[in-house]
Amino acid sequence: MGDKHILEIQDLHVYFRVYEGISYVIDGVSLYVGKGERVGLVGETGCGKTVTVKAVMGILKIPPATISSGEVYVDGRDILTMSPKELLQIKGTEISMIFQDPMSALNPVFTIGEQFYDVIRFSQQRFNDRENISRYRIRKKMITALEEVMLPDPVRIANSYPLELSGGMRQRVLIAMALVNNPKLLIADEPGTALDVTIQAQILDLMSKLVENKGISVLLITHNLGVIRETTERVYIMYGGQVVETAPTNILFDNPKHPYTQGLLSSVPRLTGSEFAEGIPGTIPDYIKAPSGCRFHPRCNYAMPICAQKKPPLTMIESGHYVACHFYAKPGGQDE
Amino acid sequence: MKNNQKVLLSATSELNTTGWVMLKDKVGRSWYRFHRNAISIVGASMVILVILLAIFAPYVTPYPHHAGPFTDLPNAFQPPSKSHWFGTDEIGRDLFTRVIFGYRISLILAVIVLVISVPIGVVLGLTAGYFGGRIEAIIMRATDVFLALPPLVMALAICAAFTPTIEKAMLAIASIWWTWHCRLVHGITRSIKTEEFVQASRVIGNSHFRIMFKDILPNCISAIIVKITLDAGFVILVGAGLSFLGLGAQPPKSDLGTMISYGAQYLPMKWWTTVFPSMAILFLILGFNLLGDGLRDMLDVESEGI
Amino acid sequence: MNNTLLSVENLVKYFPVRGGFLRRQIGKVRAVDGISFNVEESEICGLVGESGSGKSTVGKTLVRIYKPTGGAIWFKGRDVTKLTKENLGFFKKEVQMVFQDPKSSLNPRRSIKSTLEDPLIIHRIAQNRSERERIIGNLLQMVELSPTYMDKYPSALSGGQRQRVAIARALAVHPSFIVLDEPTSALDVSVQAKIIHLLRELQKEFHLSYLFISHDLSLMRTIAKRTAVMYLGRIYEIAPTQELFANPLHPYTRTLISSVPIVFKEEQQVKPMNQSRVGEIPSPVNPPSGCAFHPRCSLADEICTQKLPELVEVMPGHFVRCHHVSFNMPSVK
Repeated sequence: MGDKHILEIQDLHVYFRVYEGISYVIDGVSLYVGKGERVGLVGETGCGKTVTVKAVMGILKIPPATISSGEVYVDGRDILTMSPKELLQIKGTEISMIFQDPMSALNPVFTIGEQFYDVIRFSQQRFNDRENISRYRIRKKMITALEEVMLPDPVRIANSYPLELSGGMRQRVLIAMALVNNPKLLIADEPGTALDVTIQAQILDLMSKLVENKGISVLLITHNLGVIRETTERVYIMYGGQVVETAPTNILFDNPKHPYTQGLLSSVPRLTGSEFAEGIPGTIPDYIKAPSGCRFHPRCNYAMPICAQKKPPLTMIESGHYVACHFYAKPGGQDE
Repeated sequence: MKNNQKVLLSATSELNTTGWVMLKDKVGRSWYRFHRNAISIVGASMVILVILLAIFAPYVTPYPHHAGPFTDLPNAFQPPSKSHWFGTDEIGRDLFTRVIFGYRISLILAVIVLVISVPIGVVLGLTAGYFGGRIEAIIMRATDVFLALPPLVMALAICAAFTPTIEKAMLAIASIWWTWHCRLVHGITRSIKTEEFVQASRVIGNSHFRIMFKDILPNCISAIIVKITLDAGFVILVGAGLSFLGLGAQPPKSDLGTMISYGAQYLPMKWWTTVFPSMAILFLILGFNLLGDGLRDMLDVESEGI
Repeated sequence: MNNTLLSVENLVKYFPVRGGFLRRQIGKVRAVDGISFNVEESEICGLVGESGSGKSTVGKTLVRIYKPTGGAIWFKGRDVTKLTKENLGFFKKEVQMVFQDPKSSLNPRRSIKSTLEDPLIIHRIAQNRSERERIIGNLLQMVELSPTYMDKYPSALSGGQRQRVAIARALAVHPSFIVLDEPTSALDVSVQAKIIHLLRELQKEFHLSYLFISHDLSLMRTIAKRTAVMYLGRIYEIAPTQELFANPLHPYTRTLISSVPIVFKEEQQVKPMNQSRVGEIPSPVNPPSGCAFHPRCSLADEICTQKLPELVEVMPGHFVRCHHVSFNMPSVK
């Protein structure tokens, strides 16, 4: 297991120690990203997607958080058991991440060039690539990266401060920084949310093109369903710290099975049709006194008694399409 | 709509809503944040100890009458012993008793200075930060002028202009201390002024006055409290400095600074006359500093989290 | 139904850009550069645009957070730009606002009760404390929150709940017109649906008029009766919402619609094809000459760089500001 996938998370459990007690946020999340695949991770605020990704990147604040069980394999290696030194080899080089708000991800008091320089230099240092460490070569690499993200006049951009650039340009810079070391996996956390929709469309187009050209795998995290539909091949839906449904993107949108997915899709305002969005009654679960069994059951129209007792297993609907819901669970025997 | 309402109401019925329970919850949370920092507990204990000693001075000290006019020359300059824990001073008074009574003066000094200067500083800071423009310029430039001069020097100048007493020393320090709080509150006000809830307040129809005191001031309170705690130590130090120079409390009052001043001439032979009052000041100021740090952690709601 | 509640005439708002040693004015941000529109009684009017379009500034100028640089705002027949402080009381009871970010539009140091009490105290809506509590309880129930929430602080509430409180605050004075500045942009989509539903119910129940400002076109479709498209301080198209989506005329509107990531297959057909997606949004400090969209427009030619087109009614109720469109479609007389 883990050879064909660039990222594989198996049964991850994460909890936090807070004033009121223990908050069991991530309750058995499993997912994978294959080589060259573009996978989406969808969930609303509080579903745990950011915590999951932070656990993968190793940037969770360890107390108060604790990874209580589970494995995370990057290209076959279990990174949760790695030493910090070994982890350093991977962060930024094999896995790269783009954060949500391009303004806060860039340091306002340094120029783009200076920040870029650090990114490249540290990765070269890690690989003891002495000859490529010269300023000249680094600069060349940086200009090439900036050109690749279609930034006009890369030299001027390199000498500018983040505040002098527009949101769209900053996001392109971040993408360039994330891709310059040719990572195998790119994790993008809400890459278009802070941008206007026309600029977001450009950025997503760009990302798709780059990813295709370089064969990079992408894990795209967002709550924007439209973005998922247009840019991913497979998608995971998260709710309450669990994966509730996963399928190839088209299939999920045409044939959502989990009540939460259905509720979510029906809440999205559309460009066509005349029904008004409904929303999902209730609120997200309290992770300290989490609902027993299926964490969605208090809000579910189809809830049955078993839903409050037992956590539903992932049931296969068809190839590649799995739902964690008792409504679809086959009696006696679950598939994976 | 009804379905939503039902779900919402059932979810909220489990929440603690009565006033008393919520207060307990709030105190509990604050304590949780506070006590994780061991140093702040130490600081708090130190300060509380000193305050209690000062309040109950006549009852906890072995020779309360030594605090005032009293002489016992044969007993002068006794080194620390079982009957005199800190020894005696140059006219035979028990040093331990005088140190504890000295704490009284220091604490009263801190209280009076802060009670006068903090409200003035806060109001001026709010006004300057909120209105901006010329008002801000006038107030802040005045503040800058006062801040440019070291507090001790300023207080010295003021005190020396009149016959020195402890009360004049307090007023002198208060007259320059407001500037720190003015600047602090001014900074916070300026940043909060642009927040949406202030704009929303304007849209609702709140007057400038109400916005300043009901919207902006509550956001400054935690910073002010932390600053007051850290200030207390510094004010006491300045007060002791003034007394040391003879401009504060006059003998026979037992003031820590005066004690150090008198005892300094007898170093290093009669070391206890200087060392113990100095350590007493150190103890109190250290306590305030540690307490202030702990309070800052406790009141800083934002830093808690995942 | 046909009474015009609010009429905006050529509204202009510039912000000075200060720089240099003495902070002199070295330029101006033309945030709003000549906006005119009407809102009827009990109507929901939508204002859509991206960053730099000035839509938020329009909203804030309407509620007097900013003072207009020019133009007139007529509310119930009175020009409110000329109101003095004393007369503003009436205006504040009629026109209210709901802000975008629920995290920052409620004072984190005040309980919900304290926040909601303000309008009641200022406008003397309640006589005493218990009366105020009763009213606050009612307000919270109107926005589908339990009255027990009044003793809580904003940090204990979720984004959706805070936004409900913000709506309750706006309703406290019984306004007739509410400006909603991106009220759901910071919320998840399922919460957004509930808030929009609430807003629609409230509008029906209290016969309110809304100016609904948003960057989300699909959202506009579900709530606004008429929609205006703003770009760099001006309205470039305004039409009944159905009509705007069925028949988008202005190139910018078409670009906007084509940029919306779609969720359902049916939506793909609605999207205009072959729309140019290039170019950055220019800065309002230095807007392009003539028609501000010309640097990004595939139809642009000489006249577009020189002359700002007029807003012309090319179909009943459907106005467009574009040389090419109005050339090809003679205006309705």
